[in-house]
Amino acid sequence: MADLSSENDTLIRYREDDPVDHAAVTVDSFLDQSSASAVRVEPGDDARELIPHLERLALVEVNFPAFGDGRGYSSARLLREAGYKGELRAVGDVLVDQVAYMRRCGFDAFDPDAPLSESDLETALSRWPEVYQSAADARTPIWSKRHA
Amino acid sequence: MYLYDQYDQQMVDARVAEFRDQAKRRLDGKLTEDQFKPLRLMNGLYLQLHAYMLRVAIPYGTLNSRQMHALADIADKYDRGYGHFTTRQNIQYNWIKLEEAADILADLAKVEMHAIQTSGNCIRNISSDHFAGAAKDELVDPRPYAELLRQWSSFHPEFSYLPRKFKIAVIASDTDRAAMRLHDIGIQIVEQDGELGAAFYVGGGMGRTPMIAPCIKDFVPLDRLVTYAEACLRVYNRYGRRDNKYKARIKILVHEMGSEEYTKAVDEEFARMLDEGIEPPFAELERIRTFFQDPAFEAGASEEIDRSDPDFALWVDRNTVAHKAPGYVSAVISLKPVGGIPGDATSEQMRLMADLAKQFSFDECRVMHTQNIVLPHVRKADLHALWTALDGAGLGSPNLDTVEDIIACPGLDYCSLANARSIPVAQKISERFAANGKTAELGQLKLKISGCINACGHHHAGHIGILGVDKKGVENYQLLLGGSEAEDVSLAKITGPGFDEAGIVDAVETAADVYLRERQDGERFLDTYRRIGMTPFKEALYG
Repeated sequence: MADLSSENDTLIRYREDDPVDHAAVTVDSFLDQSSASAVRVEPGDDARELIPHLERLALVEVNFPAFGDGRGYSSARLLREAGYKGELRAVGDVLVDQVAYMRRCGFDAFDPDAPLSESDLETALSRWPEVYQSAADARTPIWSKRHA
Repeated sequence: MYLYDQYDQQMVDARVAEFRDQAKRRLDGKLTEDQFKPLRLMNGLYLQLHAYMLRVAIPYGTLNSRQMHALADIADKYDRGYGHFTTRQNIQYNWIKLEEAADILADLAKVEMHAIQTSGNCIRNISSDHFAGAAKDELVDPRPYAELLRQWSSFHPEFSYLPRKFKIAVIASDTDRAAMRLHDIGIQIVEQDGELGAAFYVGGGMGRTPMIAPCIKDFVPLDRLVTYAEACLRVYNRYGRRDNKYKARIKILVHEMGSEEYTKAVDEEFARMLDEGIEPPFAELERIRTFFQDPAFEAGASEEIDRSDPDFALWVDRNTVAHKAPGYVSAVISLKPVGGIPGDATSEQMRLMADLAKQFSFDECRVMHTQNIVLPHVRKADLHALWTALDGAGLGSPNLDTVEDIIACPGLDYCSLANARSIPVAQKISERFAANGKTAELGQLKLKISGCINACGHHHAGHIGILGVDKKGVENYQLLLGGSEAEDVSLAKITGPGFDEAGIVDAVETAADVYLRERQDGERFLDTYRRIGMTPFKEALYG
């Protein structure tokens, strides 16, 4: 099977491991078959259905058909809360102005419809010196620093 | 009041830089209007009929004099010398240039202010009781909880692309002065067995489908407040409708799921979240509370008020409210002069209000959801000096909660969503009642006008409500009766066929006359309506 990532110049990953080498299947087909290790979560899917099977998942793609549909942020975060350690990739209408929030919700890879410029991405991800909430990333919230 | 530390300041400064970059990309053509729109909206920048409108956040309505001065300076420097205070305790500027918007945000950041999340499908500015910290009947000051939630909701990574906008109000007394149950989440701080906690009301709202929020949890311990709010939001973010923007508010989700099912889903989410470290430590709430301690009220301040000037005495009777400290009152500055635009203030008026807040009210003033300004802590002994200064600047209208104290949205004069004008109707009604002298006799009569079905003027919650609609290209006004945003919350009902602009002014007077004819001892308009029902009003209006 082809290594999709090598042909994919829009993919950005913040992980050390190698990308999964096969295409993601739908949540329904994933739940029906045992072999797939990559799944694609659509906005209307209940990502919690994946939780009993996290051990065999290496890639969860969360699709954003339109950037304004924010269900994928919750899907990502609840998977991380449930202990998912594999790749969590935001795909679709992913714009530079959303990536910082996506990182906070646990996404560690992006495969946007339109390529993101590296410098824009750098700017966006370094924009916020602090954060007000604890989320799915490792950042220390302001309230924790205040009472350290 | 709350003061920023270096963290809060860094966050607003970063926001200014981010928006400056976004606006530049838009002006350079690198962002399409479709891509830019949600970004500018999260910074309170709307494209209206004639220009950009900027909505500045005033968390829980509280301002010091330095901030009010900055708002006046912005009105002069970037707008046309005035601003419009809103029903969400914010201020809007109506004539803004995109090229200057980032500079305004930078000016705001210098006085610990911002326009973060004043629009867009995110958690909006948190509103609260405008008499917080002053009201005689409050359990505690609700603002520390509002501030805790402000910080939690600012730049929330999961809840910045919700199905629709999300409004939260926090109160801490049984008297509801914040329309709490007409919010997406209304929180009342309550006491149970000597412990403070939060009652959660979820799924209220106005708009085209008005609903009163049911209580989904009567007591959430304070050290779980943020986590419970997070659970409420996550269920909404996952399951709120996104297929139709008019059905996307949480009220529709709670209604369609049923409040029991919604609550069950929230409780399950809440249980899972408890170990996620979402809740700030209690020490953070205590830190915030230290900013809201009582000012140094003068012990033994005089209770005497010299009422020899009848105009002053009338203003005292109408526009001052009982205070928890002896010898003090809260004094309401009416932004509803007869024939004026409800909620508008000129830069000169803002500066005067700022200076009076500094001189007479421990450097603090509040924006009320009724589009007035309150000086929360004024010595009774200072009232005459205060009134004299206000009256000289056209700010002394003695009409709090009367038929002249009208809430009105900007309407078709400014707003791109509106179907009809609101402001001229408000102006004509206040002129009518000032001229016929019935204002005093009518007593408390809350009149609210919206220029379209989105209900920014809270017409559903008016004792008398007016809704402007477009009827075959002509502005038409429906009359509603019997609403209330207070603790006796109810939704107003339409009387029948609408009226033209002149007709609606007559219709309001007709309804008022029915009340004057039918009322029994001590009844307000709303009480009489509730007792006698719609029929006598219909007969007078259409019979």
